Amino acid sequence: MKKHWLYTDEGRRGVWRTGIIVLVVTVISELFITLHPHFSIERVFAFYALYGFLSCVAMVLFARLLGYLIKRRDDYYDE
Amino acid sequence: MMSNLLHPGLILILGGLLLPFFRGIWRSLWSLSIPLLALIAVWMIDNESRLSVHFLDYDLQLLVADRLSRLFATVFSIMAFAGVLYCYRQARTVELSAAMLYAGSAIAVVYAGDLLTLFIFWELMALGSMFIIWSAGTMASWQASRRYIMIHLLGGVILMTGITFYVLETGSLAFTEMQADRLSTWFILIGFLVNVGAPPLSAWIADAYPEASFSGMVFLSAFTTKTAVYVLLRGFPGTDLLIYLGLFMIFYGIIYALLENDMRRILAYSIVNQVGFMVCGIGIGSEMALNGAASHAFTHIIYKALLLMSAGSVLYMTGKRKCTDLGGLFQSMPLTAICGIIGALAISSFPLTSGFISKSMITQATVDYHLLYPWLLLQAASAGVFLHAGIKFPWYVFFQKDSGLRPDDPPLNMRLAMILFAFLCLFLGVAPAWLYQLLPYPVEYVPYTAAHVLTQLQLLLFSGLAFFILLPLMQRTLTISLDFDWFYRRFFPLLFTLIEAIWLRLVRLSLGVYAGIRQVVFTGLGFIYQSPLISQSAARVSLAVIWVVLFLAGYLVFYLIEN
Repeated sequence: MKKHWLYTDEGRRGVWRTGIIVLVVTVISELFITLHPHFSIERVFAFYALYGFLSCVAMVLFARLLGYLIKRRDDYYDE
Repeated sequence: MMSNLLHPGLILILGGLLLPFFRGIWRSLWSLSIPLLALIAVWMIDNESRLSVHFLDYDLQLLVADRLSRLFATVFSIMAFAGVLYCYRQARTVELSAAMLYAGSAIAVVYAGDLLTLFIFWELMALGSMFIIWSAGTMASWQASRRYIMIHLLGGVILMTGITFYVLETGSLAFTEMQADRLSTWFILIGFLVNVGAPPLSAWIADAYPEASFSGMVFLSAFTTKTAVYVLLRGFPGTDLLIYLGLFMIFYGIIYALLENDMRRILAYSIVNQVGFMVCGIGIGSEMALNGAASHAFTHIIYKALLLMSAGSVLYMTGKRKCTDLGGLFQSMPLTAICGIIGALAISSFPLTSGFISKSMITQATVDYHLLYPWLLLQAASAGVFLHAGIKFPWYVFFQKDSGLRPDDPPLNMRLAMILFAFLCLFLGVAPAWLYQLLPYPVEYVPYTAAHVLTQLQLLLFSGLAFFILLPLMQRTLTISLDFDWFYRRFFPLLFTLIEAIWLRLVRLSLGVYAGIRQVVFTGLGFIYQSPLISQSAARVSLAVIWVVLFLAGYLVFYLIEN
């Protein structure tokens, strides 16, 4: 079976590269578009990018910690 | 009673009940045309229509129409049609029939003008949905359907108690806006909240829905929680408590979905998450927020059904539902993958999809009221939606490691249903005016500004970056996560077994002592009581008596409180 290009190292590098370019563009565009901040915290440059990233990190870490407490084998309820 | 009016809910209910009498091509035609007929009937009803019947001492308002009921009845009929289209060739007749009954009673709840009518169809909905779960025909689905109906009967009893006292207090059955300021309205509110998936009983959604068949869950995702959103919209707008409950549901859904391995349970938790946005909007209660909640219910039904159709197609073609068994399916199921991704983008509120034009109204409402912390939490939650549903679902099902599975796309009718809903997700995203004109209040909101599109893209794309950077922390494991259902699946059964054992021992002991005394007194008769058979059954009977006494005592306590 032929490997799909997404599963090759080269393809994966290409996807990452494209992704990072897109990310950079969305941040830089902020210089050319007038935002309409309502709350003062929105005035921080690239606030949405930072906030989105950091809140996701927080949620993943929290889920990970909670997981230690509440995760059980998936046959837990089967007798 | 007006006779020139067709009740869309009753069309679907009757249509569902008659379905088993049709075979072959007629069964297909019947099941596809009934939802369309219901949709036409919804649009024949003008917003002043009334339909009532006299029953005992009451005038039951079977149908009271306004903008809000038309919005929900419209999307319910569309959903019923697409759901039937998705599975009319594959699903068992009992499931299709139950699905039509279920959709019809949901529509009837939406049109109910009084609390008794509402309650009747509310319970019919619980029955219909239970039959859907049950018709998957597995042991797991049978047990899940029993837990499911137990929770909903409990909610129903609470609701009926509230309605009874409400009618006694106000002398009116009419279902109008109310305040949760006394016992009766609190009971009604709690009854509604059980169906919306509010804490602490949110677990029933992820417990029961994923045990339905590949198509059953598509129906289930749409009606129960969204009728609950509807009754909250009508009955309790602006109730502060709903803001906090909604926020809790939003994060509960994200965290549990992040921990989950079963693709359909991920989507079940994300129902709670999305409904949380709506509940939060209802709690805020401004026209903007209520419009947001109503429109989000509309778009959510469509993209969540689309996501579940995509997951259902994978389940149908592979028989697998765990992320650890899936991966790489985009190669052989391109259409299913594309439709799943469109649904995933819509649930994440990506610009040009339906989620973008509905959810932003709820967020905007927090800005209008200068609610900084709810706003911050909603923004974090929007990022979290992309994380747990927007990327996690398509990534683990269609991409990640190649599982080596090469299933084809599903049969034609399933593909058509997915294409229809994928189209609607995009259409509503690029032509929001079509949905905005249906909303209960006039809309002045403009979703597409350069600033809004850019900030939303930043938020979502950087959440995506976080996902791929943190991928090692999200390795799928063969696990489930404990939830409140642990109490009724493990703790209470254990507790009751314990109490029963102690009680039996006590009874046997006392019988033994009694027998001893008898033996001393009547030596000749003593042997009867030593017979294990008799002492055992005597203990069982006395246990039943104790339960009856406990129930009666509970009844007495309630009676005293109320007087």
